[in-house]
Amino acid sequence: MTDTITPVNAEVHDEKLAEESPTRSSFLGYFGTKLGGALISLVMVVLLGFFAFRVLPGDPVRRIAQERPMSPEQIAELRRQYGLDKPVTQQFLDYLVNIFTGNLGESYVYRTPVSELIGQYLGPTLLLTGTSAIIAIALGLWLGQRAAWRNGSLFDKIATGTSLTLWSVPTFWLALILLMIFGGTLRWFPTGGMVSPGVEPGTFDYVVDVARHMVLPVVTMVAVVFAQYLMVMRASLLEEKSSDYLTTARAKGLRDDLVRRRHAVPNALLPTVTLVFMHIGGLVAGAVTVETVFSWPGLGKLTYEAISGPDMPLLQGTFVVFSTIIIVMNLIADLIYRQLDPRVRRA
Amino acid sequence: MSTTEQARPVAPMTTRQVASRRRRASAAKLWREFRASASGMSGLIFLGVVILLAILAPVIADRSMLDVTQLTDQPRFAPPSWEHPMGTDHQGRELWVRMIWGARTSLLVGVAATAMSMIIGTLVGMAAGHFTGVAGGVIMRFVDFFLVLPSLVLAIVLSSVLSRGVLTIVIAIGVTSWAATARLVRAQTLAVEARPYVERSQVLGAGHWHIIGKHLFPAVLPLVLANTTLTVGSAIIAESTLAFLGLGDPTQQSWGTILKDSMDVSAATSGYWWYVVIPGLAIVLVVLAFTLVGRTFEAIVNPTLRSR
Repeated sequence: MTDTITPVNAEVHDEKLAEESPTRSSFLGYFGTKLGGALISLVMVVLLGFFAFRVLPGDPVRRIAQERPMSPEQIAELRRQYGLDKPVTQQFLDYLVNIFTGNLGESYVYRTPVSELIGQYLGPTLLLTGTSAIIAIALGLWLGQRAAWRNGSLFDKIATGTSLTLWSVPTFWLALILLMIFGGTLRWFPTGGMVSPGVEPGTFDYVVDVARHMVLPVVTMVAVVFAQYLMVMRASLLEEKSSDYLTTARAKGLRDDLVRRRHAVPNALLPTVTLVFMHIGGLVAGAVTVETVFSWPGLGKLTYEAISGPDMPLLQGTFVVFSTIIIVMNLIADLIYRQLDPRVRRA
Repeated sequence: MSTTEQARPVAPMTTRQVASRRRRASAAKLWREFRASASGMSGLIFLGVVILLAILAPVIADRSMLDVTQLTDQPRFAPPSWEHPMGTDHQGRELWVRMIWGARTSLLVGVAATAMSMIIGTLVGMAAGHFTGVAGGVIMRFVDFFLVLPSLVLAIVLSSVLSRGVLTIVIAIGVTSWAATARLVRAQTLAVEARPYVERSQVLGAGHWHIIGKHLFPAVLPLVLANTTLTVGSAIIAESTLAFLGLGDPTQQSWGTILKDSMDVSAATSGYWWYVVIPGLAIVLVVLAFTLVGRTFEAIVNPTLRSR
C-alpha cells in the first residue's frame, strides 16, 4: 500500500528512459553496472539492518522491557543474548559474519532460528504475490491501453475513475471489506488461513482448497495494484499516440486495431516494464497487511507477528529478506528492459 | 515568498517588487484556473469541511466522551441509529466522536509527514540535479535505493525501533517516502539548469547557493507543491496502515487505530459493519479529495500532463 504510496508519475519513467544513456556498449558492461548497483543496494540494506536495530536511539531491549514486565536480570540476559554488551564494532563484525553465513539470529517469540522460520513462510508469500502480480499486470496493461486508445471515452473515464478510487483505498481496509462481505456475510470463501484442517497435502482437494483460500487475498492485492499499472500503461501509450510513425501506419491503410496492437503498444510497453517491476515492491508491502487480515501464513503475517511480539531478530530478518527480493526483482527488470528495447541494446 | 515581501524597500518598483507582483499575478491566475475544475473544487470543499471538523473537534464533542471509564451505561456495538449516528464501538464509545478526534491525528500526521518528505526530497533532488559528476552520482544511487525499497517495510522497521508516538510515525513516513519527489525535482532541476538565465547567472559569478536558492528553487516549487497534495493522501494511507499494524500511538485516536480496534474484536466477521466501513470510507474520501486537488493543481502547473 505504500508505494502504493507513490503516485504514478509520468516523469519517473521519462527519466528512466533518458537515464539509459547510449554510452554503455557491451552487454557485460551494462550487466556489470546494473549488478554493481544492486550489490550496493544490498550492502545498504545490510547496513540499515544493523544500524536501525542496534544504533538508533530506541534501545531494542528497553523497548521489549516496555511492552512486558521484566526483572533487571532478564534485561541483562537479553542484552547478552543479543550481544548488546559487546562494543559496537564487535557487534557489527558479528552481524556481518552471521548474515553471510545465513544466520539471522533466533526468534524471540518462536524460539527457533529466524532463517528457518522465513524459509517456511516464504513459499506462501511467493504463491500469493506471484499470482496477484500476474493477474494485476495482465489486467492493468490491457485496460490501460484500451483506455488510452479511446482517450476521453466513457470507458476511459470509468477506468481512470476506478483507478483513482482504488488508489485511494488502503489495502488492509479493502481486505477487511471483502472479508466482511464474502467471508462473513455470504460465507462464500474461508475467512483465513491457507488450508482447511484435515485436507491431505498433494491431493486434488488440497489444490482446490488452497485456491479457495487464495481468492479473497488475491482479489484484494489485484484490486489495489492493477490501478497503478493501468495508469502507467495509459500515460505511456498516450505519449506514443501522437507519434509520426502511427500516422504513417494509418496512412498506409492499416486497420486501427492493428496500429494499436503492432505499432503503438509495443513501444508503450517499454517504459511500462520498468515501472511494473518497480511497483512489485509495493505489492510485497501490500502482502504485509493482506496476509495479516486473512491470516495467510506468509512473510507478511510473520512481520506482523514480529511487530506485535515485539520480536526484533525476526523483524530484522523479514526486513532483509523482503528488501533482497525487491532488489533482485529490480535487477531482473533492468535486464529484461535491455532485452526488450533494441535501442538500449545496440546503442 | 513572504521574506521577499517583508524585505521590500520603500523605493518605487524595485526588481523585488516586480518579482513579487508577477508572483501574485501568477498565483491569481492559478486560482482562476483551479476554480474552473469541477473535480478539483469539489475535492477542495470536501477537505475544507473535514479540516474544519477536525479543528473544532474539542468544541463539538468533549474529550470526556472518549473516556471509557465514564461510559459504563452506553451500549456496546450499537448499530447506527438516531441516538448513535455512527453506532458505538466495543467499549461503548460513539464512533462519530472517535472519527472527528481521529481526523485530527490522521490529517496532522499526513500533512507533517508530507512536509518532511517534501523538504528532504526537494533538497536531495536539487542537489542531485545541480551537482554533476561523482557527487550527483552518489546522491542518485542513494535516491534509487530509497525508491526501490518499499517505504512501508522501512517505515515498519523505523517505527518499531523508535519509541511509540505520533512524532515517530511522522518521521517513519517522512524519511521513507521522499525518493519519488527527489527524482521528480532532479528531472526539473536538470531542465532548468540548461536554460540560458542560469548560465548567465553562473557567468556573472553566482555561487551554488545563489543558483539553487534564486533560480532552481522557484522553478521547482510549483511542481513540488502539486506533488505535495498528492503525497498527503499517500501519507494518510501510510499512517492508517502503520496504526493498523499496531505501530500507532495507542493514546491518540486516529482512523487507523479505529480500524485496528475493529480488527482486534473481529468486527468484520461478526457483523459490526459500521465499525469497519465508516473509518475506511473516511480515509478513502479524504485521500481521494487530496488526489483530485493534487491532480488539478498538477495539470495547471505542468501543462504537458493535461491530456492525461
